[in-house]
This record gives sequence, C-alpha cells and structure tokens, in this order.
Amino acid sequence: MIDLIRELLSYSFILRAFVVGMLVALCSALLGVSLVLKRYSMIGHGLSHVGFGALSVAMAMNLAPLKVSIPVVVIAAFLLLRISENSKIRGDAAIALISSSFIAIGVIIASLTTGMNADVYNFLFGSILAMSNEDVFLSTLLSIIVLLLFIFFYNKIFAVTFDENFARATGTNVGIYNMMIALLTAVTIVVGMRIMGALLISSLIIFPALSSMQIFRSFRGVIITSAIISMICFFFGMIVSYKFDTPAGASIVLVNLFTFIICYMIGLLPRKVRE
Amino acid sequence: MPLISVQNLSVYYDRKPVLSDISFDVEQGDYICIVGENGSGKTTLMKGILGLIPIKNGSLIFDERVKLSHIGYLPQYNPVQKDFPASVFEVVLSGCLNQMRLKPFYSSREKTKAKSNMAQLGILDIKNKSYKTLSGGQQQRVLLARALCATDKILFLDEPVSGLDPKITTEFYEIIKELNQSGITVVMISHDVKAAVKNASKILHLDKNLVFFGTTENYLKSKTGKMFLWGGENDRSDS
Repeated sequence: MIDLIRELLSYSFILRAFVVGMLVALCSALLGVSLVLKRYSMIGHGLSHVGFGALSVAMAMNLAPLKVSIPVVVIAAFLLLRISENSKIRGDAAIALISSSFIAIGVIIASLTTGMNADVYNFLFGSILAMSNEDVFLSTLLSIIVLLLFIFFYNKIFAVTFDENFARATGTNVGIYNMMIALLTAVTIVVGMRIMGALLISSLIIFPALSSMQIFRSFRGVIITSAIISMICFFFGMIVSYKFDTPAGASIVLVNLFTFIICYMIGLLPRKVRE
Repeated sequence: MPLISVQNLSVYYDRKPVLSDISFDVEQGDYICIVGENGSGKTTLMKGILGLIPIKNGSLIFDERVKLSHIGYLPQYNPVQKDFPASVFEVVLSGCLNQMRLKPFYSSREKTKAKSNMAQLGILDIKNKSYKTLSGGQQQRVLLARALCATDKILFLDEPVSGLDPKITTEFYEIIKELNQSGITVVMISHDVKAAVKNASKILHLDKNLVFFGTTENYLKSKTGKMFLWGGENDRSDS
C-alpha cells in the first residue's frame, strides 16, 4: 500500500491532482452540509452544468478555462439562489431547465469548433490530466480562500442554515451570507469539476454531508466528519482509479457511495449499540 | 416613550391587502397577546414588525433600547429543523450572534450567558443532546433560551404552544409570565384566546384590520372580546 502511494505520487500530474483534489474535497464537504440542510443540493448540480457550458466556450475561444468559468458560474449561483428564494417560480424545475440548457450550449459549441472530442468527454467526466501548473496554483489559492472564509463565518453560517427567520429578525444580514455560500460553492465547483467532471462534481458536495449526517447529531460533529470522510473518499478513489485504471471522478463517486451505504447502516443501528 | 410604535402599518401579498392601517404602541413591560381567526394576519403583523416581509405603508419606530439586534424571536415551527443535526448548546449559542457583530467565535461571555439561560429554563442537563430528538416542549424551551440570548428586553413569540400537550402548555405559559414579571416585554401570537386573557396584560385582536387593542380588562368587557371568547351566546343574552 505504502509503495503504491509512493509510486502514485512520483508522477507530477497525479501529485497536482491530489493537492487540488484534496482541497476541493475539503471545501465541498464543508459547504455541502449547509447546502444539503438548506435544501439547496440541486444548486450545486445546476452550477456544475453551467460550468460545463462556460468551459466549452472558453476552450472554443482559446481563453484560460478557470478565468472564464468562475465569473459565469458565480453569476449563475446568484441567479439560482434568487430563483430558489422566489416562490413564484419552482426552484427545482428552473434548475433542471438551466442545467440542460447549459449542457446543450456547451455541446453545440464544442461540436461546432473542435468537434466532440476528448476535451468534451473530459469536461463531462473529469480528468486528472487537465491541470496545468497555473491551474494548480489558482485552484490552491481559491480553495484556501474558501476554507478561511468558511471558518471565519462558521457560526453565522450555522445560524443562517438552522433558522433564517430568527437570524434575520435579530439583525443578521441573511442575504449576504446566503450569497457568500453561493459564491464559495460556485468557486469550489469550478475548481473541482476539472478533476471530477461536470456530471459528477455535485456528488462531492452531497455525499460526504449525507454520510456523516447518518451518524452524527451535532452541527460541528457533522461538519468535521464530513470533511474527513470527503478527503478519505477522494484519496481511496484516486488509488482505486490508478490501480484498476478506472476514471478518477467516477471512482471517487463510487467510493463515496460505498461509504454512504456503510454510514446509513450504522445509522440504522439502535443508539445503545453504537455507543 | 413606547418601545415600539407601529403607525398605520399595511402589508400586501400580491397586491391584496392582508393588513391595513394597524396602529398601536408596545410599552416597556407589556404582555401583549395577538389574537384573531386563522388568516387574520397575526403572523404577518409580527413578521412585518420584525422586518421579515416588506411593509407597504406606515412606519415602525423603534426606541433606542430595542434596536433589531436586541430582539428575541421564537418563530413558528420550521420543517427544515426536523432532521437538522445540531446540539442544544449550538442552537442556544446561536442566539448570541446578533450582539457579536463581526467577531467570529464565541467567547466565554457568550457561553456563560447561554448556560445561564438554559439553567433558567431547566434544559442545562440536555445541553449536548441533539435538538431533533427532543420532545416538542423541550424544543420550544431550547428556542426560548436562544431568544433570551438575543435579548433581555423584548420577546416576540409566534404560537409557541401549538402542538404541545396541556401540561407542557401550562408550564410554558408560566415561564413566559415569569419572564414578563422579571421585566421582559412580551408580544405573543396565540390561538388560545382563553389562555391569552388569563395571562396577558393587553390584547390585540386582528381581523386584517385592528379590531381591538387595549387592556385585557377592557377586552373582556368589549363586544368583540365576548363574541370571540364565548361565541355568540353571551352577546345575545346581553342584548
């Protein structure tokens, strides 16, 4: 096992994917708890599809992928949040519309320019080869910013997630914190979708949160275990991917699914047995 | 000088008025019960005062003593909390946030305050339990402790006893009464008009308009009060 890990990390492209991936796994797990509890899981899913559209456009125009897709996805995040808060439009339906529209835009642009090639496949399902050195630097920086903001506003995020009305009535600016959560999610998704793929990145947000919520009963407990579970799943997913030559993103999702099933079964045990 | 002065307040949903021209004052030490039929705008009025929904006309004047960051609020049951992983202590502590401004973490001052409020409400021993596994009565005590962390001046309660059994309900009313006697102003929405007239010092009766606002004594003598409390019967025998 140790040898395998040493061998793995001797490839610089795998090492880069590891560094970025671990950070993204950490950020997405932290944000995921809040998103799942606020019933915003689908926003993450919708954003990744928007990200796919933006990546295709960036690729067709020969622009740096992260610099184009981050602003686009951030704007989409604000819009989706607005839609979810506005009861006149059904939030879930709107997200489904936006998701499929952006996939369609991305596919059309890709087929008109470069053709449906390996690039499109990589955008959809992820690739650990996708990261350049510049990408790694930018991704690391963004992840650290997300992490610091999350820690700094942790208590406010709890209050806004647990009871928005109470927070607002007692003078907390709920709108700003909701926007911050959306913004951090958008950045995390764009950074993570290079490795995980547009279709699979939302699993990184939802699975760890759901897994730890099966077992833990306090917010802090869920946040911490969710982060740990997410990083462990990413790590083993990468090893499985290397060992069995399977796609990285899909392998990570399956390890997450496996972990969720175990956590779910532990959650079914009566409380006494668990303690 | 009243703590809060509500003047000619109107609230619209989709261009339809749900509250029109409501005026009343909340004085220091009041125990006001808001009563009225379903759909009479009780929750809307409270949300309007707290700034949770936009008001169409009118004005709200808050005294210096009760800036928004000094208000305690106990909202109606929120379904999001049904499966929310949070310990009792975490929930109560979050009430202290409004007075911390940009300070990111709780200091021992907030923790002491949260603990003393939990002790006052008899929930200190379930500090580390999960909120979602508690009974309805205990959950309301937790939310009340959180509201007390946010204020020592004025509490807004939106149907705090709905769904609680009679014994717990009586206990809860006792707690509210004690808090009021210790100097906290209380504004409470109540379904149960009989309990309201027993406990409150003032009654606000709503039916999209302000039907009655005054002392409980006068409410019991008024036609509205008699109608609402005893149905039509007493009214008929009076006339």
